[in-house]
Amino acid sequence: MSVAFDEKVHKTLADANLQLAIYRATARLIDHRKHAVTAIALPDYQELRTQANALKRHTIEHLDHYLEEFESNVAAHGGKVIYCQDATEVADFVLGLAKERAAQLIVKSKSMTTEEIDLNERLEHHNLESVETDLGEYILQLAHQRPYHIVAPALHLTRYDVGDLFARTLGVANETVPEKQALIARGVLREKFLAADIGITGANFLVADSGAVVLVENEGNARLTTSAPRIHIAVAGIEKLIPRAQDLAVFLKLLGRSATGQALTVYTSFLSGPRRAGEIDGPEEFYVVLLDNGRTKLLADSGKRESLYCIRCGACLNHCPVYRKIGGHSFPWVYSGPIGAIITPQFMGIEHEPSLPFASSLCGACAEVCPVKIDIPRVLLELRAEVKQAEERGGKNRLERLAFKIWAWVMCHPRLYEMAAMVAASVAPSENGKWLRSAPAVMNLPPVRAWLSQRDLPPAPAKSFRELWRKR
Amino acid sequence: MSREAILNKVRTALGRSNGQAIAEPPPVRMRVDAMDAETRVASMMRAVEALAGKARRAATGEEARAYVAAVLDGKTAVASNAPFLRECGIVHLAGAQSGFTDAAELRAACAVADVGITSADYALADTGTLVMLASPAEARLISLLPPVHIAVVPKERVLSGLDELLTILPHPAEQTSSMVLITGPSRTADIEQILVRGVHGPGEIHVVVVE
Repeated sequence: MSVAFDEKVHKTLADANLQLAIYRATARLIDHRKHAVTAIALPDYQELRTQANALKRHTIEHLDHYLEEFESNVAAHGGKVIYCQDATEVADFVLGLAKERAAQLIVKSKSMTTEEIDLNERLEHHNLESVETDLGEYILQLAHQRPYHIVAPALHLTRYDVGDLFARTLGVANETVPEKQALIARGVLREKFLAADIGITGANFLVADSGAVVLVENEGNARLTTSAPRIHIAVAGIEKLIPRAQDLAVFLKLLGRSATGQALTVYTSFLSGPRRAGEIDGPEEFYVVLLDNGRTKLLADSGKRESLYCIRCGACLNHCPVYRKIGGHSFPWVYSGPIGAIITPQFMGIEHEPSLPFASSLCGACAEVCPVKIDIPRVLLELRAEVKQAEERGGKNRLERLAFKIWAWVMCHPRLYEMAAMVAASVAPSENGKWLRSAPAVMNLPPVRAWLSQRDLPPAPAKSFRELWRKR
Repeated sequence: MSREAILNKVRTALGRSNGQAIAEPPPVRMRVDAMDAETRVASMMRAVEALAGKARRAATGEEARAYVAAVLDGKTAVASNAPFLRECGIVHLAGAQSGFTDAAELRAACAVADVGITSADYALADTGTLVMLASPAEARLISLLPPVHIAVVPKERVLSGLDELLTILPHPAEQTSSMVLITGPSRTADIEQILVRGVHGPGEIHVVVVE
């Protein structure tokens, strides 16, 4: 485990207020989802999951076909598709277009894909103002932080944090009632919407047969971003495609319910191309940026390809016992929780944070709630194997291998095992039957200490199982 | 060129050749329940109210007009160019402006109006959703910029739900650049998960179904 990861985890664990905030927010989201997918609320929930999985599998297995179909349909409606390999290419495209159109202000609606490529920072570096408009994302932009959760980006901040932040950055009175805070943001951002030249969004789905971008939201900021400015740019990963508009009958029913327990979010926008002849308002230019940024690398691995089915509902985060303790900012990249643990190493390379696939109890809750049935625990196990193989090749793990060899040898010799267990029980301090949180003095060696820094040991039992068995 | 590079990487990763044909995508079962008009309207009313919207049934266009007039009560409004609003006499209500065809003028009017009045192309009974297609009759900003949105919808446009919509409209992009589903008032729970309405879009929504 890297020092940075370790430090962030322990800082989060030690912060009682933060622990409570994470626990409460995820508990509420768990509860909302639970009521939305009951047999009465959505009788065919399991069938829909199976269909969603089949549709995603089909699309990803034939992705080149659907990319080209999407591209030609966007063009047919007067829009343009731009393929970008990485963050630099996206920034170059946006900066180039902004320069040509003499654009100065950009409004943005929430997009994990643009977080992934630090688009705001890159644009601001070139003196182009880019304002986040989702309330949570706006708060985070003012605080210079990244999202804590895929769908509830500011769940770690309290209303008092927001009050201080608004007072400090916007020069308004310190207001601690969320309703009034939302009103402050509405006022500031409304002016930005009406003055902006370009609106940038992500995409929840790209519909191949329509050349359409589908956006799902509750606030209305994505609608404003795509309706008020003269130019709309959607930035999306290449995996966001679905074949037909009709497939939305499957995906929309699952996405809102899995994310926030809503049958449909307040706004679902289905956008294909710029304003057409006769239409009164809407953008004059429409671009869709299709981003690779590591996705094609992942695509080549048929065993883990299903990681690309994700529709970013966040349900796996809420249900993950690890996420609920270590929170979103402990994770090394913008994607947190179980889905972050499988896509971060695959997008960035396993060397980015090799311990990430191990930060899981493999309890399986993530796979159980995933609306597109990604087998996250299985992918985690494959990644663990890869990490270990890479370490072997790098000649690491000599000590660990030796330890396991000794362990295996002891386990194969029952007498020896029994003796070792007796010795261990006699030297391990019992701490009144509590779990051990640090290495006992006699075992306080660096490798043991490091191993125990992430794990607690159960107390030694008064009598071993073998003793009890013999007395039967 | 990144287009070719990416498409080639995708094809190589999948072991496919350029232009290789594909099988049909798996079929999607559309579930359209047989539901009589009365049940649809009743369900629409319940669903809108459950979302903290205000739902009204009007026996006639005249009754709908009276309801809208009562909501306006001295407030300013922008009404869309939907023929149904004209039929109901709503475009001529005191304080209401209508007939915009210029984007800049419409936007300026919507930015200061108290109320936006539209019809809807469809409504979805099970979720209480309004379906709005951008067209010469319906602009995007009328249902978005003013803090209050009133939609006046003839009864026959109320569908059972999303599956029926996508069955009768399998290719929305052939008709419009923008189809928006509106399900209740604008909301956020981004601060401590506390529900706040009207953060960007209208915080108050009225749905009037006309018999």
